[in-house]
Amino acid sequence: MPDTPVSRPVAISAEGVWKVFGPDAAGFRARPAGERSPEAMARDHLIGAVRDAGFQIGRGEVFVIMGLSGSGKSTLLRCLTRLIEPSEGRILFDGQDILTLGEKPLAELRRKRMGMVFQHFALLPNRTVLGNIAFPLEMQGMDRDRAEARARELAEVVGLTGREHRFPAELSGGQQQRVGIARSLTTDPEFWFLDEPFSALDPLIRADLQAEVQRLQQEHTRTTIFVTHDLDEAIRLADRVAIMENGRIVQIGTPEELVTRPATDYVRRFVAKVPPARVIRVSSLMTPAEGDMAGEPVSADATIAEIAPRIVAPGGPLRVLDGQGRPVGALDRQSALQTLASGI
Amino acid sequence: MADVSPAARQGAPAARPWFGLLVAAGVLLLLIAAPLLPAVWREVPAALRLPLSDWIEGGMNWLARDAAIGGLAFSDVTRALAAAAQWPIEALQVLLAEGWIHGAGFNKVQLVPPLSWLGITLATALLAWRISGRGLAVMTLVAGLYLALFGLWTSAMTTLASVLICVVAALVLGLAIGIRAHRSPGMEPAVRAVMNVMQTVPIFSYLLPTLLLFGYGPSAALFATVVYALPPMVHATVLALRSVPPETLELARMTGCSRRQTLWQVELPVALPRLAIGLNQVVMMTLNMVIIASMIGAGGLGYDVLRALRRLDFGAGFEAGMGIVALAVVLDRLTQAAARNQSIGRRRLWSRRDSLIALALLAVPTALSYLLPALAVWPKGLSLTSAPFWNAAVSFINQNFFDPLEAIRTFMLLNVMNPFRDALAALPWSAAVALLALAGWRLGGWRVGGGIAAMAMFIVITGYWLPATGSVYLTLLAVAGALAVGMPFGIWVSARPRWHQPVQLLLDTLQTLPTLVYLLPAVMLFRNGDFSALIAISSYAVAPAIRYGIAGMAHVPSERVEAAAMSGCSKWQTFVHIRLPAALPTLLLGVNQTVMMALSMLVIAALVGTRELGQEVFTALSQGLPGPGITAGLCVACIALIADALLKSGAARAARHQGEAHA
Repeated sequence: MPDTPVSRPVAISAEGVWKVFGPDAAGFRARPAGERSPEAMARDHLIGAVRDAGFQIGRGEVFVIMGLSGSGKSTLLRCLTRLIEPSEGRILFDGQDILTLGEKPLAELRRKRMGMVFQHFALLPNRTVLGNIAFPLEMQGMDRDRAEARARELAEVVGLTGREHRFPAELSGGQQQRVGIARSLTTDPEFWFLDEPFSALDPLIRADLQAEVQRLQQEHTRTTIFVTHDLDEAIRLADRVAIMENGRIVQIGTPEELVTRPATDYVRRFVAKVPPARVIRVSSLMTPAEGDMAGEPVSADATIAEIAPRIVAPGGPLRVLDGQGRPVGALDRQSALQTLASGI
Repeated sequence: MADVSPAARQGAPAARPWFGLLVAAGVLLLLIAAPLLPAVWREVPAALRLPLSDWIEGGMNWLARDAAIGGLAFSDVTRALAAAAQWPIEALQVLLAEGWIHGAGFNKVQLVPPLSWLGITLATALLAWRISGRGLAVMTLVAGLYLALFGLWTSAMTTLASVLICVVAALVLGLAIGIRAHRSPGMEPAVRAVMNVMQTVPIFSYLLPTLLLFGYGPSAALFATVVYALPPMVHATVLALRSVPPETLELARMTGCSRRQTLWQVELPVALPRLAIGLNQVVMMTLNMVIIASMIGAGGLGYDVLRALRRLDFGAGFEAGMGIVALAVVLDRLTQAAARNQSIGRRRLWSRRDSLIALALLAVPTALSYLLPALAVWPKGLSLTSAPFWNAAVSFINQNFFDPLEAIRTFMLLNVMNPFRDALAALPWSAAVALLALAGWRLGGWRVGGGIAAMAMFIVITGYWLPATGSVYLTLLAVAGALAVGMPFGIWVSARPRWHQPVQLLLDTLQTLPTLVYLLPAVMLFRNGDFSALIAISSYAVAPAIRYGIAGMAHVPSERVEAAAMSGCSKWQTFVHIRLPAALPTLLLGVNQTVMMALSMLVIAALVGTRELGQEVFTALSQGLPGPGITAGLCVACIALIADALLKSGAARAARHQGEAHA
């Protein structure tokens, strides 16, 4: 597998997860491995919405599940939260298999440690902005005043100050999803699930909210699972992306890896329109440091596109610094320019 | 064409005109050849009769007299229930209509007056103003003043008290059943089937068993009304809960809601707009039923109409009828406004200050009514009345237009109605059942055909075949009349957007009127008899014909019309080849609705002396015989379900033909 392994402590781990729909979905577990090809299953009118998904998500990582409609990405997300019961497999949160949890502990897990943002917002029309944001806390039995005080904080965080007493019907789509985001964070969850949160919004609003998610993630790093069909969105937000095709994960990798080393033709076609400079990082192009050197400093983590103005300025090689500001290498302007020019 | 149409794939032949001709020819042949058939196949043989009506009679009587659970007589339970139900009715009547009265006869002393009519009217107008606007507030004021000044207030409040209690009861029960049905998917089809039958059984059939169980009086009427108004609430609840988006339910699970929290905090609030539409239907159905139930001792406006009709005092009847209209329109508009506010998210319309104002509006005139009794009950001496005017108008019409009216009536009776009735009655039952089943099979497959045959046989074996043909004759003619007027008018209106709103308003108003109101003008002009019944049923059933005529034309895909225009079609060609075929499925559903409305009116029309199932039910009611009453009622339901099955399959087939999925 060309998949990139997780580089942080593992928070969520999925092993051999299947979700099968059809008349005899219950009998699926008894099927031998050889009988699990799409063709063999189609003979028995079984549809594998998620086929043998396995991956690990690191603590604080933004893991994007991406694919076209019908590829099974939303089903996979719902398997992770057990909104949909997987047909087979193990899903571990901090080593605990949630598929073995009873109803009570599962509800407790969802209440305290998970938050979810929905594609069509799923706001309650009879509650105000504050009432919606406070909803998860109220369901836990917190009294209204305390819940609303917390909700007020979150309304401020997502930029809804002054609109606390409006009803959802009085808000624009973008504002409604801000409420959805705030609500998903009221309980300060460790695990943040976003199911195509911005696909019902127009492009300008979508960009705003993507920036909002990036900002929230910077302020408070959460383990985030983000489903989208928008490659641009995936590249902007993801630490790693899992690309799904017909229920199967075909590749897991950083945006850079997907563009530079696509595992299949499908992935290649998918990422063909992405300008390499947007995903390739300085660290991939630099040459190791040779003693002391001069030149303008650039961050090793930056993408080539981000430092484009400095690349096109005249001068010698650029000095590459790591996260702690130590020089780790040199970036040749010529090779950076080539990357910048390719794929345009 | 390479494309195979779905109909052809299912193996159903496409030559439908040929089939229609065959059926027509078959019917004609049967009529001619009927005398040749063995008598058993012409008239229902006694051996085939099932004494169902006797069994029901016996069962009901047993239930009412002898049934007991562990020494506790069933009838005691029902009587106790009736007494319990009596209590809130009386409380509301004290509050709204009568006040607290001590003693009787000449010693009668009113200790506490009822809420003042002025107060109730003003408070309701304030509510109307807040939830809708100035228009409805004015309408409410006018309606209130009409009821008070014309001396109808006490009757109207008696009716309103029953309506309020029944609505609350039907709401609670309907919600409970609907929630159960929604939760257990296995139960839903069963509930739907029962509810479908319940909606088609005529009103009077509900009254009978309740009379037997709960005794003659307001609480029997209350139970009958609640049962009658239940199906739309159950239906609305199931639909409303089903309309809750799956994501919203996922939210409830993700926030760890308990079942109760999910229901009360998520599902019901989200479903509220649709539930409010259900509330509107329940209120209107309740009002209709309460008016009818006046006959079994609930009193109120319906009783006023009936009493006036018996005295042949059309003027007073008309006046009370207009009182019903006033009440109906205000109730309808108020609940509709509430539903609309819910669905468009208008909120915070009613503040705490409004509550205080409303309270003051109620209290001040009521308090003043100690000093000024006219504020409690408008004095009889000062009552306005338009009855003499209406009576004079009727006399005037009868004096000056008697001959032409009578000529129309006689002509219709002799040349259209009677021959048609006789022809239907002469149709051998065996052949009629076979034809119906055949038609069902062709339109909807063997299941529909089998179901239709079973329901037709039910009518045969219960011994109501002949009255049933009478019902079919009256319904068919009334539907034909309603369609002949309504559909063309609807189609005509659909092309004139400026007319849409006034026509919609007219239709809304027509459909809010309780059925009894429709009888009045017909009887005023044409006296008792089948012709008056026909007019009343037709005018009651015309609203859906118009509505679906408009809707059908509105559903025509505009691209097809544009394509026709670009092919140089004339207006008529476009209408015949493009618009009409595309509208056909909707138009057929409109026919279905028209038939259902006509059937529900049938029993009311029995009041003016028809000879069919409705009359059987009505007679059974007046004689207190639950067996025949219920059985004949079930036969009406069978006719309705047969018509429904045939027309719905026809509509579905037409929709498939048009290549559209028709919900």
